Amino acid sequence: MRVILKNVEPAKKASVNGFVNYALVLMAYLLLQVLIGQGMVSNAMQSLLVPVCCYIVMAVSLNLVVGVSGELSLGHGGFMSLGAFSGIVAAAALQAAIPSAPLRLAAAMLVGAVAGAVGGVIIGVPVLRLRGDYLAIVTLAFGQIIQNIIMILYVGIDAGGLHLSIKDEASLHLAEGGVSIIKGPMGAVGVTKLASFTAGTILILITLAVVQNLVNSRAGRAIMAIRDNRIAAESVGLPVTAYKLTAFVISAALAGAAGALYGLNYSSTVSSKFDFNTSILVLVFVVLGGLGSIRGSIIAAALLTVLPELLRGINLKEYRMLLYAVILILVMLATNSPALQDLFHTLFHGKKKKEDAGK
Amino acid sequence: MSFLNNLITGVSLGGIYAIIALGYTMVYGIAKMLNFAHGDVIMVGAYVCFFAVSSFQLPPAAGVLLAMALCTVLGVVIERLAYKPLRQATSLAVLITAIGVSYFLQNGAQILWGAAPKSFPSFFSFGGSNSVSLFDGGLNISYAAMVTVAACLVIMAALTFFTGKTKLGKAMRACSEDKGAAQLMGINVNATISMTFAIGSALAAVAGVLMCSAYPTLGPTTGSLPGIKAFTAAVFGGIGSIPGAFLGGILLGIIETFAKAYISTDLSDAVVFAVLIVVLLVKPSGLLGRYVPEKV
Repeated sequence: MRVILKNVEPAKKASVNGFVNYALVLMAYLLLQVLIGQGMVSNAMQSLLVPVCCYIVMAVSLNLVVGVSGELSLGHGGFMSLGAFSGIVAAAALQAAIPSAPLRLAAAMLVGAVAGAVGGVIIGVPVLRLRGDYLAIVTLAFGQIIQNIIMILYVGIDAGGLHLSIKDEASLHLAEGGVSIIKGPMGAVGVTKLASFTAGTILILITLAVVQNLVNSRAGRAIMAIRDNRIAAESVGLPVTAYKLTAFVISAALAGAAGALYGLNYSSTVSSKFDFNTSILVLVFVVLGGLGSIRGSIIAAALLTVLPELLRGINLKEYRMLLYAVILILVMLATNSPALQDLFHTLFHGKKKKEDAGK
Repeated sequence: MSFLNNLITGVSLGGIYAIIALGYTMVYGIAKMLNFAHGDVIMVGAYVCFFAVSSFQLPPAAGVLLAMALCTVLGVVIERLAYKPLRQATSLAVLITAIGVSYFLQNGAQILWGAAPKSFPSFFSFGGSNSVSLFDGGLNISYAAMVTVAACLVIMAALTFFTGKTKLGKAMRACSEDKGAAQLMGINVNATISMTFAIGSALAAVAGVLMCSAYPTLGPTTGSLPGIKAFTAAVFGGIGSIPGAFLGGILLGIIETFAKAYISTDLSDAVVFAVLIVVLLVKPSGLLGRYVPEKV
């Protein structure tokens, strides 16, 4: 018990840290609103606002899996895809039931989150029982499966409700006045754009509330204990799979909500938008921002999404992904290689770090 | 007859997966890391062979040897620069680095050789035909399929001999069992790991040439999906086991071809990955893998 009482200080620090994150997001939002009001933000930049929000949510939620829970997920784009297409279908289906656009967007994001969570459970239950690198490969496979399935999926809507087919548009058998929402390889077309920067900011704040409260809760400490030493955590009676699954499913649900917001920001979306590259991109945000650091994820996601637009003058497009790859390798080497860490220590502190006796 | 044709296509595709999976499984066995970049080494090997044959007019055999040599060097360099400093790091750090390397190779290839896919020349044709027809055209066996299966069997036999009988092979097995103990016995662990990467990468080059002979489009991302599928094959057969990689590869090739023929062309990848999930659920150690209990 005494140990827990002693730890009041770090908990306080964590909550202060959390408030800084909320304040950061709100301030950025207000600042941007003022700048937009003054007409100081270009159209190209304004069109990036919603994607930036989506990627921030993606990065923070992936950080929950990779940074906090210590499992590598390479299928985060798959959950985004699930959320995007289910959100688009939900928004179209609820057009009559919910006339108000913001409410419909909220409902669509909720449907996206549920779809993401269901996907998370389907993938997480079999795989999180295993040890090692299997989660990485299975989530990657999952992303491919989702992409494949949406490629052949046709969804339409008419007065009678939703119609599904995996053959072609004609076999949807839509009644008079029905429209097809998802057209196989063409993806979702004719989507009513509902997403807004305000909705994106609210989604970020909700994500922060969910993730930060989870991390600072008993469950969050258990998850980090499992990450740091699974055997020790298991030996004090922590249900390892249940906690890992909690983190994974919450992360998938948030990615689903972000996907719904993303999908409803464009009039058409194809499933290849959420491929392996998207998953890697989000991973780069997380790694570059710092594994486990939520603020780092927010800043990295925002900067790296806006950066290509800022650097439009320089022809960076071709080298951008190559640069990301190099950054990914260098960050991992710099933070994990003992030799390089010693070198940094010598450079910045003048003398060589003494061997850590505790290790 | 179409069943037999599909079976032959499946076995030859499986042979390619098996050769790639051997590289995965050997590296996993010794370095306990998932070498994500392995699939992209295949792509580099295929490109080297392509340019050697089409631009420098070298005979195909010389092209294959050149590809093997360059991939060996590439594999060892990648290991030295990216993976060796992380030998003590968590598996998450190594995995992310490997993804970085994979991404680096893909995008490097795109900048060097362009994103447009190249059409790989057909090496295996005799007398203007590239397949043998039996039973009045009812059964077609392509020369590429024969060469693939033969190469796969030769590689399999050579590796079994190498790991079982030679001194270096025994050192490799010792390192995969217990690195510390192997070092105490005077085995140079770092050199052994480098050698494993070298062998795996040389095999990747062979697989790249064979794959592109059978499926002649070559682009910067050609290697990534077969790489992932070969990893699936390695897990299917039991990762770390050489016969397991062989068996897993062949079975996966057959499953994929049959899924393409009898279920849906678009869903064949989904079926392959569903197999992976089912295998992990039912028998996580794979068909021929050993279950290693964890010691505290």
